[in-house]
Amino acid sequence: MAAPSAPRASTVEFRHVTKRYDSRAKKTPGAVNDLSLTVPAGKICVLVGPSGCGKTTSLKMVNRLIDPTSGQILIDGVDIMTRDVTELRRSIGYVIQQVGLFPHQTIGENVVTVPRLMGWPKARQRARADELLALVGLEPDSYRDRYPAQLSGGERQRVGVARALAADPPIMLMDEPFGAVDPIVRERLQNEFLRLQEELAKTILFVTHDIDEAIKMGDLVAVLQNGGILAQFGPPEEILARPASDFVARFVGADRGLKRLSLSRVGDLELRPVVTVPVGEDVAEARRRLRDAPIPYLLLVDDQNRPIGWVPDDDIPASGRVTEELAIPMSPLLDRRTTLKDALSMLLDANVQAGIVVDRNRRVESLITVDMIAEWMREGAADEQRVDGVAEPATVDA
Amino acid sequence: MIRWDWIPGNIGQLAAALADHVVLTGIAVSVGFALSLLLALIIYRRRALYPPIAGVAGILYTIPSLALFAFLVPFTGLSLLTAEIGLVSYTLLILIRNIMAGLDSVAPDIREAAEGMGYTPFQRLVRVELPLATPLIIAGLRIATVTTIGLVMVTALIGEGGLGQVMLRGFNFRNYAAVYAGAAVTVALAIVVDLLLTGLGRLATPWARARGGT
Repeated sequence: MAAPSAPRASTVEFRHVTKRYDSRAKKTPGAVNDLSLTVPAGKICVLVGPSGCGKTTSLKMVNRLIDPTSGQILIDGVDIMTRDVTELRRSIGYVIQQVGLFPHQTIGENVVTVPRLMGWPKARQRARADELLALVGLEPDSYRDRYPAQLSGGERQRVGVARALAADPPIMLMDEPFGAVDPIVRERLQNEFLRLQEELAKTILFVTHDIDEAIKMGDLVAVLQNGGILAQFGPPEEILARPASDFVARFVGADRGLKRLSLSRVGDLELRPVVTVPVGEDVAEARRRLRDAPIPYLLLVDDQNRPIGWVPDDDIPASGRVTEELAIPMSPLLDRRTTLKDALSMLLDANVQAGIVVDRNRRVESLITVDMIAEWMREGAADEQRVDGVAEPATVDA
Repeated sequence: MIRWDWIPGNIGQLAAALADHVVLTGIAVSVGFALSLLLALIIYRRRALYPPIAGVAGILYTIPSLALFAFLVPFTGLSLLTAEIGLVSYTLLILIRNIMAGLDSVAPDIREAAEGMGYTPFQRLVRVELPLATPLIIAGLRIATVTTIGLVMVTALIGEGGLGQVMLRGFNFRNYAAVYAGAAVTVALAIVVDLLLTGLGRLATPWARARGGT
């Protein structure tokens, strides 16, 4: 390697990794059976499965809190057993469910645990602590000197993530990192973490028992079943659309079609153009445009092409100009990044057939309808049936 | 009849006895603590040694103090050494138990986080587990110290005793003012030392007071 600095992200490879426990032992972590998978650099790989499936065991073998019975784990092609265990652990970020912050240290001290162990100068430690607190959304001036007992569960989880990132490790291990907080906070932490990861691009191994979290967080999902057997490994879309076994199908749940909705975004669909008319347009022109519209409504927009409301064809006066008074209440506004699940929910809630897709500046882009989402779903269901091999070849038409 | 006027005339003697008492207690608790810490760390490394070590410390603790001193005198004479051997023995059980309870009180997730982040076992012990054990260690020191202050009195019978000497002489000469003065100063010493240790504990554990507030 030419660069002296550590790589930002590393590849993690499990090669036929097995961990057996004495069956006579009273309480053991889940065993792992011949696990082979590769997590490419910069990706989030979620290990998911029921309790006792060996997902946490697999994770802890990466930083050698547990040593495998047989097989190898390689980081950037190097067997971790050849590395000094302390140095290995300091090069891997570690986040656990109960966070494990040190109660006797301030938040600032907690965050720079690994830099302190590595002997960074004090000033650099302080600067890094502030930088990381800001990164995870905690105002350094008001959090730096507090103790963990003074923080809420969600705040502690953030500190846990900041601490794991402190020495800029190329790999992070996260064991149910958002498991101990309420669903609302969890959702927010997940979203924030995904946004962080877009910049950080670390290699992340993430353990959860929650399939929804796995699908949301993972670039890759490894579904493990009891006995530590890898049931399926692939992108979440593939797990949902083509479960490899009955176990996976049952584990992802009967609502996997709906789950697929949360994976796809409005921008993934082929959207229809929307027929608009600016305020002040002559009604004759409005009628002419209406002839080409797929629905008997025109979308009234302002001079910046921002939506104001719908104008039904019946309400267009015989002569004069189109005015704002004609507009009836708006459809929900979505953008291309809205998930289909949210889009469908908004359309159902608003009790309208069509939603308006707008860009960053709220300018009208296109139209999305419940029918379009339903059509997309049908295509997906057809895919699944083909995979199961129980249905006749599906006809997918446009 | 109590001659209270004995007291003002013998402040010097009381002060000397108090100093003696403090030194006897200080040596006993310091040596006892050092020994207990060493034994606790041995137990920490080899858990199987906990029952035998605690068992021996427990037997020492149950021997009546007079019997212990009487037993030691033929070997070590009427000496400071005899007194301290006895006094130290009595601190061991309390201190070992409390140090171990403190180390065991560290939550498993904290230990796991420390290990996973690359603390060596020694760093984990010194920087995480012992600091977190401080409240229970201090609690043990308080009990051990106050107990020792009381037991030092008994060593008057083998020629030591600090304030115990004052009281013993008071009994022998029916000088009850000296008895009461010795007792009062001893009680005051115990209370003051206990408060000092409590304060020390609070200073050493600022995190334990930081709760809830934003």
